[in-house]
Amino acid sequence: MDGSLTDALVRSRRYFTRRGEVSDDLRTLTRTGGRQADDFYRDRWSHDKVVRSTHGVNCTGSCSWKVYVKDGIITWETQQTDYPSVGPDKPEYEPRGCPRGAAFSWYTYSPTRVRYPYVRGVLLDMYREGKRQHGDPVAAWAHVVDHPQRARAYKAARGKGGLVRATWDEAVEMVAAAYVHTIKKWGPDRVAGFSPIPAMSMVSHASGARFTSLVGGSMLSFYDWYADLPVASPQMFGDQTDVPESGDWWDAGYLVMWGSNVPVTRTPDAHWMTEARYRGQKVVVVSPDYADNVKFADEWLAVAPGTDGALAMAMGHVVLKEFFVDRQTPYFTDYTKRYTDLPYLVTLDAVGDAHRPGKFLTAADLLTHEDVENAHFKPVLLDGRSGEPVVPNGALGHRFGETGAGRWNLDLGDVDPLLSLLEPGAESVLVELPRFDHVDGTPGSLRRAVPVRQVGDRLVTTVFDLMLAQYGVGRDGLAGDYASSYDDATAPYTPAWQEAVTGVPAAAAARIAREFARNAEESRGRSMILMGAGTNHWFHSDTIYRAFLGLTTLTGCQGVNGGGWAHYVGQEKCRPITGWAQLAFGLDWKRPPRQMIHTAYWYLHTDQFRYDTFSADTVAAATGTGRLAGLSTADVIAKSARMGWMPSYPTFDRNPLDLADEANESGRPVAEHVVDRLRDGSLRFAAEDPDAPENFPRVLAIWRANLLGSSGKGNEYFLKHLLGTDSSLRATEAGESQRPRDVVWHDEAPDGKLDLLLSLDFRQTSTTVFSDVVLPAATWYEKHDLNTTDMHPFVHSFNPAIAPPWQTRTDWDAWQTIATKFSELAAGHLGTRTDVVAVPLLHDTPDAMANPHGVVRDWKLGECDPVPGVTMPKIVTVERDYAAVGDQMQALGPLLDKLGTTTKGVTYDVTASIDYLRAKNGTVRGGAAAGRPSLARDVHACEAILALSGTTNGHLATQGFKTLEMRTGTALHDLAAEHEGKQITFADTQAAPVPVITSPEWSGSETGGRRYSPFTINVERLKPWHTLTGRQHFYLDHDWITELGESLPVYRPPLNMGALFAEPELGSTGELGVTLRYLTPHNKWSIHSEYQDNLFMLALSRGGQTIWMSDRDAAKVGVQDNDWIEAVNRNGVVVARAIVSHRMPEGTVYMHHAQDRLIDVPIAETSGKRGGIHNSLTRILVKPSHLIGGYAQLAFAFNYLGPTGNQRDEVTVIRKRSQEVTY
Amino acid sequence: MRVMAQMAMVMNLDKCIGCHTCSVTCKQAWTNRTGTEYVWFNNVETRPGQGYPRRYEDQEEWRGGWELNKRGRLALKAGGRLRKLATIFSNPKMPSIQDYYEPWTYDYATLTDAPAQEHTPVARPKSLISGKDMKIEWSSNWDDNLGGSAATALNDPVLRKVSDQVRMEFEQTFMFYLPRICEHCLNPSCAASCPSGAIYKRTEDGVVLVDQDRCRGWRMCVSGCPYKKVYFNHRTGKAEKCTFCFPRVEVGLPTVCAETCVGRLRYIGLVLYDADRVLAAASTPDEHDLYEAQRSVLLDPNDPEVVREAERAGIPHDWVRAAQRSPVHALINTYKVALPLHPEYRTMPMVWYIPPLSPVVDVVRDTGEDAEDSGNLFAAIDALRIPVEYLAELFTAGDVAPVERVLKRLAAMRAYMRDINLGRDPDASIPASVGMEEEQVYDMYRLLALAKYDERY
Repeated sequence: MDGSLTDALVRSRRYFTRRGEVSDDLRTLTRTGGRQADDFYRDRWSHDKVVRSTHGVNCTGSCSWKVYVKDGIITWETQQTDYPSVGPDKPEYEPRGCPRGAAFSWYTYSPTRVRYPYVRGVLLDMYREGKRQHGDPVAAWAHVVDHPQRARAYKAARGKGGLVRATWDEAVEMVAAAYVHTIKKWGPDRVAGFSPIPAMSMVSHASGARFTSLVGGSMLSFYDWYADLPVASPQMFGDQTDVPESGDWWDAGYLVMWGSNVPVTRTPDAHWMTEARYRGQKVVVVSPDYADNVKFADEWLAVAPGTDGALAMAMGHVVLKEFFVDRQTPYFTDYTKRYTDLPYLVTLDAVGDAHRPGKFLTAADLLTHEDVENAHFKPVLLDGRSGEPVVPNGALGHRFGETGAGRWNLDLGDVDPLLSLLEPGAESVLVELPRFDHVDGTPGSLRRAVPVRQVGDRLVTTVFDLMLAQYGVGRDGLAGDYASSYDDATAPYTPAWQEAVTGVPAAAAARIAREFARNAEESRGRSMILMGAGTNHWFHSDTIYRAFLGLTTLTGCQGVNGGGWAHYVGQEKCRPITGWAQLAFGLDWKRPPRQMIHTAYWYLHTDQFRYDTFSADTVAAATGTGRLAGLSTADVIAKSARMGWMPSYPTFDRNPLDLADEANESGRPVAEHVVDRLRDGSLRFAAEDPDAPENFPRVLAIWRANLLGSSGKGNEYFLKHLLGTDSSLRATEAGESQRPRDVVWHDEAPDGKLDLLLSLDFRQTSTTVFSDVVLPAATWYEKHDLNTTDMHPFVHSFNPAIAPPWQTRTDWDAWQTIATKFSELAAGHLGTRTDVVAVPLLHDTPDAMANPHGVVRDWKLGECDPVPGVTMPKIVTVERDYAAVGDQMQALGPLLDKLGTTTKGVTYDVTASIDYLRAKNGTVRGGAAAGRPSLARDVHACEAILALSGTTNGHLATQGFKTLEMRTGTALHDLAAEHEGKQITFADTQAAPVPVITSPEWSGSETGGRRYSPFTINVERLKPWHTLTGRQHFYLDHDWITELGESLPVYRPPLNMGALFAEPELGSTGELGVTLRYLTPHNKWSIHSEYQDNLFMLALSRGGQTIWMSDRDAAKVGVQDNDWIEAVNRNGVVVARAIVSHRMPEGTVYMHHAQDRLIDVPIAETSGKRGGIHNSLTRILVKPSHLIGGYAQLAFAFNYLGPTGNQRDEVTVIRKRSQEVTY
Repeated sequence: MRVMAQMAMVMNLDKCIGCHTCSVTCKQAWTNRTGTEYVWFNNVETRPGQGYPRRYEDQEEWRGGWELNKRGRLALKAGGRLRKLATIFSNPKMPSIQDYYEPWTYDYATLTDAPAQEHTPVARPKSLISGKDMKIEWSSNWDDNLGGSAATALNDPVLRKVSDQVRMEFEQTFMFYLPRICEHCLNPSCAASCPSGAIYKRTEDGVVLVDQDRCRGWRMCVSGCPYKKVYFNHRTGKAEKCTFCFPRVEVGLPTVCAETCVGRLRYIGLVLYDADRVLAAASTPDEHDLYEAQRSVLLDPNDPEVVREAERAGIPHDWVRAAQRSPVHALINTYKVALPLHPEYRTMPMVWYIPPLSPVVDVVRDTGEDAEDSGNLFAAIDALRIPVEYLAELFTAGDVAPVERVLKRLAAMRAYMRDINLGRDPDASIPASVGMEEEQVYDMYRLLALAKYDERY
């Protein structure tokens, strides 16, 4: 130490302190004991209790949290660390969580909390006036909404302040009156409910879904709407989505993160990735920007946005060449023969001087088999030993019907499937294959020879031979435009070809492909691709994903722990799915429920179809035959609806209650009456005239969701046409030549279609501020509920740390309140009515055999007769006792005793569970539900979900497997036997997260405590996939898929918005600014719109809406970091501040999605209105092939298949604006 | 030898995902109150970046920590106590609120209360200092994920030292995260700077605390701490700082930041050190030797003589046992993969860091540095994207050799474990190449990869 004066001063401290505290060298001061001065921090830490809960926003985290309570106040939260161990040689799931969740308690007492019921003042005044005049609430509602000027007045006021407090009684009465009036006047399918992602809070989701379903309303889908549904999954696997838990990343030897920014979007799981590297896992990241996960990668491939499919196709080229052609890889060959459609035969149709791949050869094409049951659904392959065609077990045709019992399995017996027809002297023909890689975007084609054989009168080849042709991997003796080498940049899909498209060096693409496959070969399938929204939210994402899945399937990685696809966006797995589904859709009382494809719903009802300036065949291939020619997208939606492929609600241009009465009066069975009226044209599908007032959606309830602040693509179209309020929409409508052919065009587009927008929330969002009625909801720390995810194998609980404060109520409670009031008002207005429900052809049922070979037959064009359940929707009547809905909500209904439950084709007898629930929950006394198990409380609902699902009730899991065994003829029930006696109760989930049970509800096995990986039951137990062949499909032979040139994996570039909508050329700089690719990835500081308004998250970020752009683009328009900018395209206007960084690629901006419009958004210079949100610049674009139904795995199930609400192909002009902003 | 016990932490930056959960849970628990709005006992910085408060590492500006004077003796960089007394009412080396950030909130209530009006209601930012409308121009984490940027990079004092290595270009982007709490230094300059004797080290565990009764609000500690981890509560007028969550640690719980770290990268453990050697170590002439000097102050808890001396010093036997199984000790002194932050400040910081591996720079890979050729899928350390020089400026006063040694050990662990993972025979030459035994590498792998709860703390 230096300096005598310093010494003196420091020593002098000894006079103030006790002896021995200053160190001998005078550096420092130590002290022991007697530290009352620190009591502040001890007090600060002390608390009264800790309650387990979690966050039920649509986040996959499913993290269990400790909520601390002191003096009856929630103070803060930290993560639980008590997840059951995954074993001594693996990391654990603790401590799952993220900064968003850690900030949740801020909401509890925040000034954005919705504390009381609110109604738009102008509406409330008119309603009160109506009530004074008419006395009756239903008449009072009609007084407002059926009067054009009054309706206009409150609709135009939406989103512009003026909310006033109401009592629960008054608000609920008005809501109930709206439901009764709408059902009575317009029909039950004119009311809709929207609440996404049940897994994250099943009971809260089920609350309003149950009410909506019981009254006959339409529940709107979410997985497809969010564009999170990878349509390639139903296409290839016949499965919605099934993915490994994050703990299985640990098992991978090679991990590619492709469009999934794991540290941001899977924060609690990211550690598995960082830790697996220490086990020698190689990690590759494919991302346009230097994303958060690049930090952990061994290699970064900076791919141009939206071109991922090109890279994956080139990697597939390398895998096929080096591992299938240059040398045979026994593991890959065995795997693809057994588990894929590669050996199956495809007929080739002569077109001009070439051939085109056509339909699968099926048993119906074989003289020896043509009479077998379901022959059109039993595809054929050649036995390598005999050279003869055989019909293997396990096809769709074996799944249903008598003769298939015991034969729906993947057992090939003595058959050795022939992969390729190429042999010395084999005949070959040129096939014409589509390509989409021309610079100007015009579709093209190329010709490559494949070996062929004649089977009966058909010329056939194998899927494998077509795959080699498609990927451009030539073989000796085959002519055509094959690639000469990897360096051949002209031939799709070589590494050099992709370099020009993606910007990824050819050598890198080839090397990563080779490493990926070699690792899979050596580890028998432990190569994994972790994929997400960056690659899944494009218009053509299904093709991107099929190229990915080509890699994982060719290399035998699907159905293997540590291998295969790991799709993580929106896929939250509701593990106890069967129990939840019964409650949510009221299947215990009424079947079938109405379930609608959300994308098509808003495409029509927000009138976005009116602004489409191209036709559906714009996306057709050069090899197409004009099947979509002249049709607009709206026409295709209407066509799909009337053919029964996709659901369509509202269904008819008439109230379905009145339709039943009409049929009754005519003395005809309802279905026959409907067919007759459709034939003579006096009844039409509502989708054919969405702008007619009788076809409007009238009532929309939104809970646990923020449609207008988060998922609503085309936000400004919503504001204008659905809500009838101000918008910044700038697009012009389609000209006459571009308008729909079949769908009716109204010269004047309607504004304000919706009569009631009801939202239930605990905070103010863009949805609540535009709502007519806002009901105050309990937060996730104020109720009981259940939570699961596919990221981990546990089910755990929500519990109230405090009672719902102010006038808030749980969703379960609120919807019961609404249902009770509804029934009270319905008694006089509705009573018991018969409802006519049109049901689309459903997946996992014999409906999937309605359309042999996927041939399109439209009865309206006279191509066939309208036959319900075959060429049009099934027509089913449901009797609804509207006065009993309140009672039905609160008890488990009797249909379960009679019909059991059915999930993915397996039916369960649940009578034992019903008895158990009577005792567990108590039995309802009196009323419409007398004698039934109670669902009065949220805990009752939790118990019912747990008791009715195989994943949480071992008896049901075992029973389900035994049922399935009858069909497969293979052993399965031992998978659940270890837990046969286990019934997980709500109390179990309160104590700690509980591992679920292996069940036929899912495709993977957790038996013996192994990590969950999808399709392990298929691979290990030879259980077929739910597809046409029963195998994983590389080839799809539906007419429309063929028309789009997507029978095989193919590269399709992002849509050209310049060509489609006359937006400026991408990359151009003009007077108005620079035109850039506009991407809306997930945000680090929010889970969708939740938390973006949270003060902690705002303090850790930049405190409001931002757009990330590259330093190079910023320089072009003179933008500095943190400058105010405007982003403008035909869809709307956004005002935000710029974040400028060289980590962003030139040519692309990121506006992290769902920043909402409520926090620090000024008035836009461009529009003079409040700046918009991320979805102000997007709109809905529907891919026609997503509307296919009624054919094998291309059949509808809710959230399983449907058009995606993709939003990645958009562009925007970015410009600097005045730095003086006003609000 | 005078044995003392110290609670210490190791953060494995190679696992940090920059999620800031630690910051939020810490803030919620400790500084979510009036007077500490701008205070984050735990913060996470994106590097390159300026940090919080801005440019805190520029000691030529702030003059925190210690230095050796002309005679080679240890002295507070800000000058002796006389100077402090002379400037006590106008401390010029204090970061202003703008250097942290001006905390704000929004008028959220307007979303509910707005009367019928022309536009959609919006919540505007309001300063928590002045209550007035403001434009947000800095936050607690403004340069998050920028990887540096033209607008901010020149203000990263570390980057400035190695600027010839770095270009702010897309192709060369690199970044990593640096979570920071109080260092609970063995040689705390905050304590030495305090005219009131209010800052002290707890004898039994070395946690550095501010005596709230004795603090007079002179703020010399704020200046004296080179890490800027002592904060001034503008409501109480007292200094406050990270307490190493002593109310939790005392009952056997890890700190909030450690337990809630979803990257599972924080280790807490006891180390034993020789208090008699701290001054000499902190006075080591060559800055490059400070890392080794700091390591050498820590005692081997398995050395019988150390155990004896520890007992003589009154350290309970279970504490000695705890020091023996301490993951912190293992990472610092057994595997030698953890490094101190800015040892050149000479405060002997007790939060240690494992430096991050990073992807290779494409340029290197594309010019034929094909990792595959060597049978090793992983890149050579000299091809990494984060310049080793940058890491060295953070952890070893600019000496790249120790940083390279650590990164090579991590890489060797991955290569060695890959053989085991794929069922091949393990290759003993890999551990040998980085001076480790096979068992040692395996044990280190378990500690870093499996990182079970009861082995992290």
